Amino acid sequence: MIDSSWVLGRLSWDAIPFQEPILLWTFVAVACGGVGVLGAITYFRLWSVLWRDWVTSIDHKKIGIMYIVLGLVMLLRGFADAVMMRLQQSMAFGGSLGFLPPHHYDQVFTAHGVIMIFFVAMPLVTGLMNYVVPLQIGARDVAFPFLNNFSFWMTTFGAGLVMISLFVGEFARTGWLAYPPLSGIAASPDVGVDYYIWSLQIAGVGTLLSGINLIATIIKMRAPGMSLMKMPVFTWTALCTNVLIVAAFPVLTAVLALLSLDRYVGTSFFTNDLGGNAMMYVNLIWIWGHPEVYILVLPAFGVFSEVVSTFSGKRLFGYASMVYATVVITILSYLVWLHHFFTMGSGASVNSFFGITTMIISIPTGAKMFNWLFTMYRGRIRFELPMLWTLGFMITFVIGGMTGVLLAVPPADFVLHNSLFLVAHFHNVIIGGVLFGMLAGITYWFPKAFGYRLDPFWGKLSFWFWQIGFFFAFMPLYVLGLMGVTRRLSHFEDPSLQIWFQIAAFGAALIALGILSFIVQLVVSYVRREALRDLTGDPWDGRTLEWSTSSPPPAYNFAFTPRVHDNDTWADMKRNNYRRPQEGFIRIHMPKNTGAGFVIAALCAACGFALIWHMWLPAAVFFVAVLAATIIHTFNYDREFYVPADQVAQVERARTR
Amino acid sequence: MSEVIERMSSANAARLHAVPAGAVEALVERPRYYLTEEHHPQNGTLLGFWIYLMSDCLVFACLFAMYGVLGRNYAGGPTGAELFDLPLVAVNTSLLLLSSITYGFAMLEMQRKRLPGTLAWLVITGLFGAGFIGVELHEFAHLIHEGAGPQRSAFLSSFFALVGTHGLHVTFGIVWLATLLVQLGRRGITAANQRRLMCLSMFWHFLDVVWIGVFTFVYLMGVLP
Amino acid sequence: MGAAAPTVAAMSRLPKFVRLPLVLGPTALFAGCNTILLHPAGAVASEQGHLIVVATLLMLLVIIPVIALTVLFAWRYRKSNTRATYTPDWDHSTQLELVIWAAPLLIIIALGAVTWISTHTLDPYRPLHRGTVGSKISGDVKSLTDVKPITVEVVALDWKWLFIYPDQGIAVVNDLAAPVDVPITFKITASSVMNSFFIPALAGQIYAMPGMQTELHAVINRSGDFDGFSANYSGAGFSDMRFKFHGLSAAGFDSWVQSAKASGQSLDREGYLQLEQPSQRDPVRRYASVAPDLFDSIVERTVTGNNVAPAATRD
Repeated sequence: MIDSSWVLGRLSWDAIPFQEPILLWTFVAVACGGVGVLGAITYFRLWSVLWRDWVTSIDHKKIGIMYIVLGLVMLLRGFADAVMMRLQQSMAFGGSLGFLPPHHYDQVFTAHGVIMIFFVAMPLVTGLMNYVVPLQIGARDVAFPFLNNFSFWMTTFGAGLVMISLFVGEFARTGWLAYPPLSGIAASPDVGVDYYIWSLQIAGVGTLLSGINLIATIIKMRAPGMSLMKMPVFTWTALCTNVLIVAAFPVLTAVLALLSLDRYVGTSFFTNDLGGNAMMYVNLIWIWGHPEVYILVLPAFGVFSEVVSTFSGKRLFGYASMVYATVVITILSYLVWLHHFFTMGSGASVNSFFGITTMIISIPTGAKMFNWLFTMYRGRIRFELPMLWTLGFMITFVIGGMTGVLLAVPPADFVLHNSLFLVAHFHNVIIGGVLFGMLAGITYWFPKAFGYRLDPFWGKLSFWFWQIGFFFAFMPLYVLGLMGVTRRLSHFEDPSLQIWFQIAAFGAALIALGILSFIVQLVVSYVRREALRDLTGDPWDGRTLEWSTSSPPPAYNFAFTPRVHDNDTWADMKRNNYRRPQEGFIRIHMPKNTGAGFVIAALCAACGFALIWHMWLPAAVFFVAVLAATIIHTFNYDREFYVPADQVAQVERARTR
Repeated sequence: MSEVIERMSSANAARLHAVPAGAVEALVERPRYYLTEEHHPQNGTLLGFWIYLMSDCLVFACLFAMYGVLGRNYAGGPTGAELFDLPLVAVNTSLLLLSSITYGFAMLEMQRKRLPGTLAWLVITGLFGAGFIGVELHEFAHLIHEGAGPQRSAFLSSFFALVGTHGLHVTFGIVWLATLLVQLGRRGITAANQRRLMCLSMFWHFLDVVWIGVFTFVYLMGVLP
Repeated sequence: MGAAAPTVAAMSRLPKFVRLPLVLGPTALFAGCNTILLHPAGAVASEQGHLIVVATLLMLLVIIPVIALTVLFAWRYRKSNTRATYTPDWDHSTQLELVIWAAPLLIIIALGAVTWISTHTLDPYRPLHRGTVGSKISGDVKSLTDVKPITVEVVALDWKWLFIYPDQGIAVVNDLAAPVDVPITFKITASSVMNSFFIPALAGQIYAMPGMQTELHAVINRSGDFDGFSANYSGAGFSDMRFKFHGLSAAGFDSWVQSAKASGQSLDREGYLQLEQPSQRDPVRRYASVAPDLFDSIVERTVTGNNVAPAATRD
């Protein structure tokens, strides 16, 4: 007999946090904002434009922009969580328990980590690679344009599930990696961990497919003459990053699937009894987790290589060395995972092996740093915004790298593991490395994507707030770690610690101003876009192929497929007085837009939501719908069209004017 | 940079001497930095699918690793020696291996552009695959009936996860195969359909190889003390 | 910090209220803070603290030149400085590459050797070496045959700590003590989720895991009261999962043991199952006697008699 519990599962009105004022007011604000945005779209009649030109677009440039928008929006949510944590920790001393009870605080720090890694850093990195790589290799799009669109929507709906957990039910209270037995069904019977699992599984599929896509693109679609050793360094780092994605994300998929089997079916993979072993989860999750952080940082390194070379007006020093260093880092990143749990009781030989491999990774990383320095040496350095971010990175990241090598000494780790010193270290490398790299990349390629540069004044303000704010926010945490303070505490006994937390909160306030300045920069740049307009397509005197196109490039990227002769292809072309062809245009083969990716991803998300709430019948229905929609999509053979030659001619002539 | 240009010019000069008269103009006029003709990059579908398959292999590797660690944790419950019906597994294995051979025949027919032959061998493959799944479901039902379901112990959890995931993959393969039968029926052996058949071929043989790992590592070694 | 070429120029343009903290900040940071990791009270922690310093110094050999060169090159080769040499096509130097790869390699080889040795000598499972007992802190090396180690069995519960002293026959919740200069052998487990047993002043941490037993060997070389807590997030009561660790003289330790014996309470299996129920901010509780083999049953998860953990619900 089918009854309502098959349909509604454990979903009820209790799931909505009417009695939590913070959440209630957040919901009101989000609802008002949401209504405002939807209203504006309706008023300006943008729905069909949105659907036709963005939602269904398989153009890597549009998808790249959408990924970055997703990342920046989620940055606001993740940062709000950070602000709440800093406020709580600066207040909750002695008698005061702060304003966030542990039940709430524990969700905040879990959500902060999950959002920042999966829904800020990953989308920013993926978006940048998506936008830039096909342009850099002289291709018209990625190898699998439909899959690219589908990957984006899977990531977005994964983020959506996390956002929904704020207002319907609750999020996990386990930390961002959800170790069992805490994340098992006995210790966490509520929906939080299920939101965690399904949002990451859905986003993870998107990321994995994106990895396959970009590898195939780089291997198969480079312009004639561009051998692997003539590729721009950013494309090399993108290739290595995507190899890491393909070789790491399946492990995440498998381990989360096993955790969900424990929770849904009652298996004993990670339970305390019936033969389960929670240490396997820790191993598997970090076999994914360590390559993951290199997935985040390698593209940032690629950005820095491009930026340093361009803004020093010099070829990148030691190109081959940079490539080998990147490949060595890629391989080594699989040999270090145990350094995340030296304290789990492995023997000394195992611990030292992994400690030493971790230290070895710092060698190629150091080589890269020196190569950037020697690119600057005897160059002509222009301190445009991307270069400022790069200089900030070079100074900030090495400190984080140093503390990382420190933590790689197992006995030192025994006293520093899970302390605020660790928290300071990874924020040091992620903010100094990944975030600064993404902001450098966004600032660098923004004119290419939108046709005008970003306003330098607000950009520099944002940079200084971030740079100084970072030091105020995280240097105290190093000190606190040395004082023996552990992470994830919601309140403290020792009043002598409070000043450090207050300084950290001040740092967070500076960073908030940095984020605000960045948003203002976007608005002001749009308003002043004519003054900041880039008409040449090459505002920075760039060196690589993407700068040979107009800003923004036409949908087909290149009217004629480029032929490559040297590294720094565009610099080579400029040096040889290359002239853009004005005639002889031919028709261009392009893929068609489609709504199938959006639909299938939406159905996956609906299925995920149903599974979270144990709504078995809807889950089954949505699952079948996903299969059906996929099969129906495969019956669509009509996926391409030709841009006629005269249309190409028209676009190209408009550029000349 | 200038040395590069010189080297290129001398290379061109050498080519000029070696080339018959009429072709010289064509060489000289060809632009240096772009192609004038339509350029289709190599198709990446097979490479992309192969990379996906390797990622899937990694999922199975994790499940094998789990089985390796937990495979002797019986929690006082039944062991592999007590549960596994090796003759039945032999039947199962033969069905799957035969299905790989018949898929191979289907591919041969496809290369000869013979639609009826292709369809026939694909149907036989699908039937063998369905047979494999049927036997496996029967085995699972029997185990659960005996109280040796996935909840009984970590050994059984990892057994069901590994063998079950493989079975799920085969099931999806059969659904895919059925879809391709319809699409082949409608459009014939087009280039697109050939690519799809080659992808399914890789998938099917891959599952075969994984199964060899499964019956060796799980069943054959599982009945050893 | 962030001292690129335009920084100096830009900084002079920053308002004073920003400039002052920027300069004073770092100085204030390291004055007068109780960095227990660098000034611990136990020999093991002391050696670990030394490692932190050694590793930092080795790394600074690379870090300081990198930061200095960044600032130097950014300033010297700025576009407006037309007097500086400009070599736009110079992108390779084998000699420089050799140095770039070799210098960090040598430092890592040194650090690697330090790592291998120290990881083995400071292995938590390794019983204490003669030299560590009473050496670094009190300066008084005792012969190991003179000192009988004391064993403490540790159980991480939801959200409190149970300490069983099998040789003294007592148990205490949320309070721990040991005599100074006597090696301690900790055997550690947990009841439900992963925790981490950590007393920063004493030694490094080690995970406490259900169904498993980890070990830690340490010694306290100075009397005093020190903080202990869990260093792995374990749920709602995590922040209150704290205890005090007392380093006591021999006599002091005896009277501490006596205070437990005076409590009159006995920790039997039923009492343990009660303790396993989730609770937060538990006060110190002392037990005069402990059921035999209780700790081993806890590790094997057989306290109820069947090999299934009691279904404790957590909130």
